[in-house]
Amino acid sequence: MYDIKALYEAASVPHAIALLTEHPQARIIAGGSDVLIQIRSGKLAGAELVSIYALDELRGVSLEADGAIRIGSLTSFSHIARDPIIRARIGALAQAVDMVGGPQIRNIGTIGGNTCNGVTSADSASTLLAWDALVELTGPQGVRRLPIGDFYIRAGQVDLRPGEIQTAILIPQAAYQGYQGYYIKYAMREAMDIATTGCSVNVKLSADKKTMEDVRAAFGVAGPVPLRAPAAEALARGKPAAAAHIRAFAQGVLQDIHPRDSWRASKDFRQHIAVVMAQRALTQSIRLAGGDIHE
Amino acid sequence: MSSQYKLVRCTINGKSVEKMVDVRASLTDMLRDDYRLTSVKKGCEVGECGACTVLIDGECFNSCIYLAVWAQGKEILTLEGLAGPNGELSDIQQAFIDEAAVQCGFCTPGFIMSATEILASGREYTDEEIRKQMSGHLCRCTGYENIFRAVKKTMLRRLGKDDQAGLV
Repeated sequence: MYDIKALYEAASVPHAIALLTEHPQARIIAGGSDVLIQIRSGKLAGAELVSIYALDELRGVSLEADGAIRIGSLTSFSHIARDPIIRARIGALAQAVDMVGGPQIRNIGTIGGNTCNGVTSADSASTLLAWDALVELTGPQGVRRLPIGDFYIRAGQVDLRPGEIQTAILIPQAAYQGYQGYYIKYAMREAMDIATTGCSVNVKLSADKKTMEDVRAAFGVAGPVPLRAPAAEALARGKPAAAAHIRAFAQGVLQDIHPRDSWRASKDFRQHIAVVMAQRALTQSIRLAGGDIHE
Repeated sequence: MSSQYKLVRCTINGKSVEKMVDVRASLTDMLRDDYRLTSVKKGCEVGECGACTVLIDGECFNSCIYLAVWAQGKEILTLEGLAGPNGELSDIQQAFIDEAAVQCGFCTPGFIMSATEILASGREYTDEEIRKQMSGHLCRCTGYENIFRAVKKTMLRRLGKDDQAGLV
C-alpha cells in the first residue's frame, strides 16, 4: 500500500485539467517511477494524485503535417527506443532512452515524466535539448509550446502552470533534417544507474561532408538542469570536420558547464569526462553523418 | 485517508477476474493479497530488484511501482500462469532447475518473467541482448551465469537449435 491521500484518475486530457484545477495541491502521476518512489520514501507521503497513466491518446510517435516529430508525453522509453520514426530521424534519442534504468523501468517510465521532474540526470533531457525540442503543454488556457530549454526553471522545477499537463514533445523538421547525433552516458554500472554525466551531440555536415555546418551539444549533470553548450557549439560551427576543431570544441565545453561536487563524482572528474565525452560524441556524430575526420 | 476503492477488471493468467481494490494498492499488493499469487515477491518495493516482475500486455513491469487500478483492462501474466494445469513446469522453469539457476529462489519468479518476454518474441537474442533484458533483476546467490545459461538454452531449444543449446 502506498500512503496516498486520494487518487483521481483522469479519463481524458480535459478531465485531467479539470481535476488539477479542482485539486490544486494534487501531484500528477504518469508512470509513477519517480512519484511512487518518493511516496515510499516519505517525501511525498500523503499526497493527492491525479493519474494520467490511462490516457492512451498521449502515447505514440507520429509525424506532424509540417514534418515535426511528435512524441506523446506518456510514450514509454522502450516504445521510443523501438519506434521506426525515432530510429530513422533522431537515433540518438532512441539510444539515450534505451540507457534509462533497466527494461522494466523503460516500460513504465515516460518521456513526459522524465522531463517534468526537472532532473538534470534524465537520460532523455540532454538529447531533447540538443535537438531543439519543443514542449507542448495543455492547460485551462489552452495549448502552448515552448523550447525545452525554457521549460527548465531550476533543479526539480519546470514551467508547468497550475492545471497544465505536458501533452507532447516535438522535434521540428528543421532541427533534425540533415543532422546525425550521438549520446554518451557515463555511469558506474551498465544498467540501473543514474548518469554521472550525460552528453548528447549532433552535427549537420556540408554537402561535401567536410564542414560542420552546425553543431549542437547538451549535457546532463553538468549543472542544476540539463544545459546546452553554446560556447563550444560556436567554436565548431562552420569549421572543417577535423580533429583539431573537434578538440577545440570539446575544450570549449568547459566554458559552458558548471558541474558540482557530489557523492557520485567530483566537479573535477565531471569536467574531465565532459570534455572527453564531447570529443567522442562529436566524432561519432560526424562518422554517422558520413564524414571523414582528418588530422 | 477515507478508504477509496475501485472495481478493477482484468485478465490474470488467462482468466477474466474482477475485484474491488484499494486505490492505494500496488499491483504487487493486489496480486499477492487479493489473488494469492505469491510468486510475485516483495523485494525492494521501489523498482530496483525486479523480484515483483510480471508481464502486462506482454511487457515486463515491476508490479511494486505499478498502481493496482492501472491493471484495469490489462492482461497480466505471473509465474503461476506458466505452469501446466496440473502444475507441470514449463521449459524455462525446468531450465532454471537444471542449470542450478535457483538458490534461495526469491529472485527466480521475476527473472523467469523477464525471460518469458525474451522467449515469447520468437527471436534469437545475442548474449549481450539477453544480459541487457535481464539487467533489471538482482540475484544475491547465484552470480547470474547459471541464470543466463538457463535463459539462453531455453531460447535456443524453442528455436529448434537443440545442438547449440547443448553447447551453452
